[in-house]
Amino acid sequence: MTWIVRNLWLIPAIPALAAGLSALASRRRRAFAASLAIGSMGISFLLSLCAFAQALRSSGQGEATRQVFNFPWLQYGNEWLKLGWMLDPLTAVMLVMVTFVGLLIFIYSTGYMAHDQNFTRFFCFLSLFAAAMLGVVIANSLLLLFMCWELVGLTSYLLIGFWYQRPSAAAAAKKAFITTRIGDLAFLIGIVWLYSQAGTLLFYDHGAGCMEQTALAAMVAHITSVGMAASTGIALLIFAGAVGKSGQVPLHVWLPDAMEGPTPVSALIHAATMVAAGVFLVARVYPLMAAHGGMHAAIAPTTALQAVTWIGSITAVFAALIAVAQNDIKRILAYSTVSQLGYMMMGLGVGGVAVGMFHLITHAFFKSLLFLGAGSVIHGCHEEQDIRRMGGLRKFMPVTFATYAVGMLALSGFPLFFSGFWSKDAILHAAQDWSISRTPFYLGAFGALLTAFYMTRQVFYVFFGEARLEGNAGHGAAAGHSEHGAARVPHESPAAMTMPLVLLASCAVLLGLIGTPAWPWFNSFLNGQPAALDFAGFLERGTLPVMLSSTIIVFLGLGLGWWFYGRRPIASADAPDALEQLQPGVFRVLQNKFYVDELYGATVIRWNGWLASLSDWMDRWIFNGAVQAVSYLVIGLSWMARSVDVFVVNPGFDGGCKTVTVGGKILARLQNGRTQAYLRMVGLAFAVLIVFLIWSGRR
Amino acid sequence: MNSIPSISCLTVVPLLGAVAVLGLGASSKKLARLLALAFAFASLAMTLVMWHRFNPADGGLQFEEVHAWIPSLGVQYHVGADGLSLLMLLLSAIVLPMAMAASWQVTERVPLYFSLMLMLQAGLFGTFTALNFFHWFLFWELSLIPAFFLVRLWGGSQRATAAMQFFVYTMLGSVALLLAFLAIFMATGKFDFMDLAELARNGQLLPALAALPHWQTFTAGKIALLLCFGVLLGFAVKVPLVPFHTWLPSTYAEAPTGTTMLLTGTMSKMGLYGFLRILLPIFFMEMRWVRTPLLWLAVATIVLSAYAALAQKDLKRIFAYSSINHLGYCMLGIFAVLKYTGDNPALATEKAAALNGVFLQMFNHGLTAATLFWFVALLEKRSGGLRGLNDFGGLRKVAPVFCGLMGIALFSSLGLPGLNGFVGEFLIFKGTFPLATWPSVVAVLGLLLTALFILTILQRVFSGPLPEKWSQMPDLTLGERLALLPPIALMFVLGLYPQLILGVLNSTAMRMVWQLRF
Repeated sequence: MTWIVRNLWLIPAIPALAAGLSALASRRRRAFAASLAIGSMGISFLLSLCAFAQALRSSGQGEATRQVFNFPWLQYGNEWLKLGWMLDPLTAVMLVMVTFVGLLIFIYSTGYMAHDQNFTRFFCFLSLFAAAMLGVVIANSLLLLFMCWELVGLTSYLLIGFWYQRPSAAAAAKKAFITTRIGDLAFLIGIVWLYSQAGTLLFYDHGAGCMEQTALAAMVAHITSVGMAASTGIALLIFAGAVGKSGQVPLHVWLPDAMEGPTPVSALIHAATMVAAGVFLVARVYPLMAAHGGMHAAIAPTTALQAVTWIGSITAVFAALIAVAQNDIKRILAYSTVSQLGYMMMGLGVGGVAVGMFHLITHAFFKSLLFLGAGSVIHGCHEEQDIRRMGGLRKFMPVTFATYAVGMLALSGFPLFFSGFWSKDAILHAAQDWSISRTPFYLGAFGALLTAFYMTRQVFYVFFGEARLEGNAGHGAAAGHSEHGAARVPHESPAAMTMPLVLLASCAVLLGLIGTPAWPWFNSFLNGQPAALDFAGFLERGTLPVMLSSTIIVFLGLGLGWWFYGRRPIASADAPDALEQLQPGVFRVLQNKFYVDELYGATVIRWNGWLASLSDWMDRWIFNGAVQAVSYLVIGLSWMARSVDVFVVNPGFDGGCKTVTVGGKILARLQNGRTQAYLRMVGLAFAVLIVFLIWSGRR
Repeated sequence: MNSIPSISCLTVVPLLGAVAVLGLGASSKKLARLLALAFAFASLAMTLVMWHRFNPADGGLQFEEVHAWIPSLGVQYHVGADGLSLLMLLLSAIVLPMAMAASWQVTERVPLYFSLMLMLQAGLFGTFTALNFFHWFLFWELSLIPAFFLVRLWGGSQRATAAMQFFVYTMLGSVALLLAFLAIFMATGKFDFMDLAELARNGQLLPALAALPHWQTFTAGKIALLLCFGVLLGFAVKVPLVPFHTWLPSTYAEAPTGTTMLLTGTMSKMGLYGFLRILLPIFFMEMRWVRTPLLWLAVATIVLSAYAALAQKDLKRIFAYSSINHLGYCMLGIFAVLKYTGDNPALATEKAAALNGVFLQMFNHGLTAATLFWFVALLEKRSGGLRGLNDFGGLRKVAPVFCGLMGIALFSSLGLPGLNGFVGEFLIFKGTFPLATWPSVVAVLGLLLTALFILTILQRVFSGPLPEKWSQMPDLTLGERLALLPPIALMFVLGLYPQLILGVLNSTAMRMVWQLRF
């Protein structure tokens, strides 16, 4: 085992240490916190490169492709619960992506958050996030993964609610945490089920791990009382966790609201890394997802993978439709993220790990690029987020415009030159060959059309036409941001913000090179095979037709976007949307996100409130009522007893009792109320006990 | 093993302290506080020494002392501690100084207040170590009396009602307990828990019960079940288990907050301890018959209390219901391990996991809940007694350290990995799932609801705009920060390295599993 595998834990530990140190630092130590965060992330990036080099070296060597390090954590009975980490191509790719994108976003944040009061805290949370996310990536134990997964959720919560004085931010943070936790609890059940089935939560443990043949075969063979193989049930429950984290339908509602957080957070957590953790999770437990009874590979996809495909493809279209009618620059991107995550899930379902993961990686670059670009736009427009109030920004913000255009073309899947084209193409290609149904393919193609359309719409609104920025548009100003001067002229952002944009833009282009059909390096690397350059890859069955049709679809989307929004410059901020004029009813439904939030509000949330009130009411009136009745009964009885005392017993007893009363008065000063009753009962109990003992002792 | 009677000394120290503090008279409040705190730390030091000297490889009783007392009645002074007792001693010793620190602002009858706290501690120490029903019951009652007075004399405006409820419930439980044990004594002539458990394991308890005079109309099984219910009632009230729980929210809410810390941190563990030490070893057969309804009662406890917490507006009542909810997981784990599994070693391991989880959860809940109530005390001190969910807002701005540290405690209660709450809950669910699948699946709902009300607290109290009237609220002082540091640090330590406790407790858990194998 090489040095880097043994010390892989350092990669998350260093940012964790940085987070701890900056948590203790005073609020004024801004430079300290920022340099600590960036420095630790830089070290993690370098270590990740070492890890990547190691993974490259051992690639294609069978068992050695995956190296694990396990250690015991706690003991119960005769067993030890073990945790561990591992290095395999999947981990290596994710490590480099997370640390690199993270590093760029950290640098960007020094510019974006420069005026924020809680700058120090911001970098503390960011470092903690990076640590937790890297923990998810290296974990070789489902439990360790889950623990880091929850911590990622915590930091997401903290950062969405970073501007805590806004009630909307606090509400969005809570919504994000709760919604993802619904999925997480299903995930937790899946974990304990898996644990009871496999007896271990280590993924790989030299043949004894839960993702290895012995355990998988046992789980496939174990049929539960509901007639489903244990492996299927567990896989579906784990997938529910991924659905929550990756914003898939029906748990997608939190992700658009999460845009309340500062934009670098949206870029890092809610576009590039955390939301992709669900996709990564499915990729990590892929052997379980794909486990089937038969020995031959050419068998129909498992139930779990079908679920992944359907949820993914439905999400891809559903969110893209909503994105068409949004006006907030970040919300458009948020729905776009949901939609792209759907593509990734679909890719995993139809094409396997490499197909889904390739889109995850390319998306991480171009989507964080788009978010950072949007942040630059928001920053330049003095915290304005409504695209209707922007316009003409290409003149004011040339670097932002150029890089944004790259990101937009990559996301739309513009042919040949952009990474998004190749990764999306691989998904569509795999979807076309899917044995169950062609519907996911059509859904994916339709989603691609919508993606090109809404991105064109956004770009025309933001960067073309006349400047529509108003002087009074500062209402969206973030708490903690100092107000800029009176001049409301958009301005280009500082170098700390544009430099990351340029780097990300180059990646958004270049990454496409590693996943073309001619040189499918990424695919081969993840599958542990050597890659060779072979242009015949284009000529394989179905490759060129799919490329051609997706090219047509993209151009159709871009063209429609231009037809509606680019042909005539948008004149004023208040003019109705071109689509709205065409189809006001449909547009309203889309603008209101298919009323999903309203639906949940009227059902689940309301029922929850009723149950809470009901529980409270039952406590107060039923359970407590019974006790009250008993206690009144007791009091009534003691009143009766007292009356008997006063009118029957006392007259003959008074004389003898005087001395006792004096002592009683002293006691009574110590205790008022019904304490005597209590003591009397205790005394009575003991009297019974003693009488009884004497009686039985004599026997 | 040793000549010093550690346990007797441990129990006597707080009693001596109680007398000493009371002896000071009303004149010197400060001295009374400091003296009480000194005694609390002394007992903490003693429990730590015991923890250190405990042999974790052997999970059985250690530090045993046996002295004849009333031989003709089978009453002997028998004390001893296994891992569970020791853990509870340690927890009580940790929570007491915290509760005293939180009670620093009590100004009326200070010596009496602190003396009662020490007396309560002595009762707890005795309860957690006594192995003979006779003096165990004395200590059990001894701990109730100071608690009652603390609520009755220093409580909030509704204290009379709350104390009355507390009294009716716990007294009912105690009477049931007492009567059940009298009947057992009548049948067997034994009061010693170990002897009784031995009888039960050998199957001699039922014949003995069947031979009870005047009871011949019932079968032995029915008598045993009746007695089991009596004991169960005593403990179920204490934990509490739905529907015997309604005393708890009002008592916790009305008690002075320092006392609430003791009630939730340690006294609520008395019931669970009773389940594990007394009810399970002696009545495992009877409990097994009613296992399924009990499991669902535990689930009801978890879910209903979490829902009720959602409906509360008073922070103390929220945490009170949260307390019920957290202890519900312990009940779930305890009832789950009752399952008869024969010689299946895999399921025995699951039981060990569940019991380890229960132990951890007991300790973690004590630590976290007490810390949370401490924060409420600190908040009340700053707000002049206000502690409503909707009385505040945006406190992060003026009191970031307060909110940060309380946030850690809240997330510990929520069960966030990395903090102490998670490990216990995970082990309980891990062990319970194969033993009682559907109840544990439904109980997971409680985890969601817990998150919901805890995040609601964070949202309403710490976030949003800061109302004008709190713009001058002071943050934690240096002293308060230092005082809060140990419990918060402990949350991290146990969250990351739970083996610290499990290493000592595991053998006890295994021994309990082995005893339940029949």
